[in-house]
Amino acid sequence: MSKPFTPKVVTANALLEGDVVYLTADDQWSRRIEEAEVIDEAAHGDLRLLHASAQADVVVGVYLAEVAIENGQPVPTHFRETFRTKGPSNYAHGKQEHL
Amino acid sequence: MYQYNDFDRDFLAVRNAQFRAQVERRIDGSLTEDEFKPLRLMNGLYLQLHAYMLRVAIPYGTLNSAQMDQLAMIADKWDKGYGHFTTRQNIQYNWPKLRDVPDMLDALGEVGMHAIQTSGNTIRNVTSDHFAGAAADEIEDPRPTAELLRQWSTDHPEFQFLPRKFKIAVTGSPNDRAVTKAHDIGLRMVERDGEKGYEVIVGGGLGRTPMIGKVLREFLPKADLLPYAEAIVSVYNLLGRRDNKYKARIKITVHENGIETIRDLVEERFAQLRPLFSGVDQEMLAGIEAQFAAPDFKTGSVAPFKAAYHEDSVFRSWVDTNITKHRNDDYAIVSISIKKQGDTPGDATSDQMRVMAQIAREFAHDELRISHEQNVILPHVHRADLPAIHARLKEVGLATANIGLISDIIACPGMDYCALATARSIPVAQQIATRFDELKLEHDIGDLKIKISGCINACGHHHVAHIGILGLDRAGVENYQITLGGDHTETAAVGERAGPGFAYDEIVPAIERLIAAYLDLRVDADERFIDAYRRLGLAPFKAALYPEAKANAA
Ligand code: HEM
Ligand code: SF4
Repeated sequence: MSKPFTPKVVTANALLEGDVVYLTADDQWSRRIEEAEVIDEAAHGDLRLLHASAQADVVVGVYLAEVAIENGQPVPTHFRETFRTKGPSNYAHGKQEHL
Repeated sequence: MYQYNDFDRDFLAVRNAQFRAQVERRIDGSLTEDEFKPLRLMNGLYLQLHAYMLRVAIPYGTLNSAQMDQLAMIADKWDKGYGHFTTRQNIQYNWPKLRDVPDMLDALGEVGMHAIQTSGNTIRNVTSDHFAGAAADEIEDPRPTAELLRQWSTDHPEFQFLPRKFKIAVTGSPNDRAVTKAHDIGLRMVERDGEKGYEVIVGGGLGRTPMIGKVLREFLPKADLLPYAEAIVSVYNLLGRRDNKYKARIKITVHENGIETIRDLVEERFAQLRPLFSGVDQEMLAGIEAQFAAPDFKTGSVAPFKAAYHEDSVFRSWVDTNITKHRNDDYAIVSISIKKQGDTPGDATSDQMRVMAQIAREFAHDELRISHEQNVILPHVHRADLPAIHARLKEVGLATANIGLISDIIACPGMDYCALATARSIPVAQQIATRFDELKLEHDIGDLKIKISGCINACGHHHVAHIGILGLDRAGVENYQITLGGDHTETAAVGERAGPGFAYDEIVPAIERLIAAYLDLRVDADERFIDAYRRLGLAPFKAALYPEAKANAA
């Protein structure tokens, strides 16, 4: 039996700026993980990944990142992904500037 | 300093125009990322965790003021007002936008700088002693050798697709400040029967399999340098493993084949190559050497220095810690610490860069260096100018008197910037530096090298630190492993793992216990941490790091 599917979001880096971005349910790329579409099912994840990967002129390095749902919003389960939502911890130079 | 000629300038202009077109084609969709990636890496452009990163080479760490000013301009115009100086005498910009990079490269080209071969499986920026040409202990300035190697290796058609990256370091002093034994090729200037040549070391390296290099040739005449280097790299190019990325460095080739086999093959290839080098390379070397002639040293009284030294204790402490003996007694080598406690190791703001450039212009014969320890050096300073320099540095937070002390930490970018990281490095360095500054113990602890890497690639040199810290991912949380007893000098050694790793909030207290144990165990204040470690071995330090293990065993 395969493992039960855990929630995920589609993430990548923006081609022009390099920023971390997330795929939303209405096919936009958002810098905020809260706006990401939460994927609950493997087959749907594959479709969304395919859709995202086709946008090579917008994003780079598309993949699915594991999330948990807290207060109805996706939050990363791994610390690497947590850093990707925020930017570096030594200066407020990443997303902290905009969030 | 070496002056680039029209050929060099045209070469960079053409190369940058090429890259500009490649970037445009990537943006308009005619190049895929798979096609573009090797092209951007050939020009030093990485994609990191939160942004692109541009790595610029500073050959053998030498810069003039105009170049430093230009680095500051680039930081302001296309980045966030700062740059990160690395252990490989490069500067990295953490926030460039893809579209701007060609303009950044053109701006670098204007001052003879570039990002070529700062990535990829090729011969990387040739590094050297940051005190070159100034140190009192020097046999000969190693930079002409490094510059000759740079010219030979840049765009060398045979060496653009080596099995793996290839790093060369050169020192002209018996006291090795270039970590030559942890490089693919390390060259140490030696003298035999009045003739100068090189001891050639091969197969050192850090990363997941750290190794100390082995002596391939005890004495190589200077005139044989290029054919011999070419022989080494071509033997590696043939023999190096391309089947496994982790076994691809020349250190593994040497380890698997044995140094004797490698030596035979290199000598055989050298015999073939030697006649092909007509002597033009030696003419070039002579030309390069002329350009590295010492500056016109000023003469004058050093009385203002002596007076300030006696009157001002802050100045005195800075002199005692940050100044090194120059070969001219009236001169000094100044190490400017860009490691103020709590700051990010290796980062300099554009304002700081401009101040350092201006000081170099006014007081230091227009020369600056970047050290592999992530500090900035003024190699030639008349002692009478030291008080003025100190005052200027103080204004911009650059007068920290901590060179070689516990807060002078090498730290790689780690998980704050690096896509390969398994944990953060920078905040750990910041916390250790801040903590010992609060305890006012730094100067009492004395000479100590702490080096931190955010993953096994070891860009922060943790293996060759007295106290090395390696950040890992243990089941989804940051975890830090300590190694002890590493050494980056001529007596190079790889540190020993102390035991299980520490959680993020446990690492600073662990270092504190370790230092407390050292202060307790040392014979006197002259016994450095590394000396005490060598005398006593791992056991007492392990007991300090893991007190509960001791309690359980009792
Ligand atoms: C942030 C982008 C960086 C990436 C992607 C990167 C990647 C790597 C990799 C993959 C290795 C292991 C190579 C091997 O053993 O085959 C390595 C080693 C190394 N890197 Fe980095 N690195 C980065 C930044 C840095 C920085 C900032 C420094 C200096 C602070 C640095 C200096 C070194 C050094 C000294 C080594 C190990 C020595 C050796 O070559 O054996 N790197 N790096
Ligand atoms: S050691 Fe690892 S984390 Fe640090 S810069 Fe190198 S690759 Fe990145």
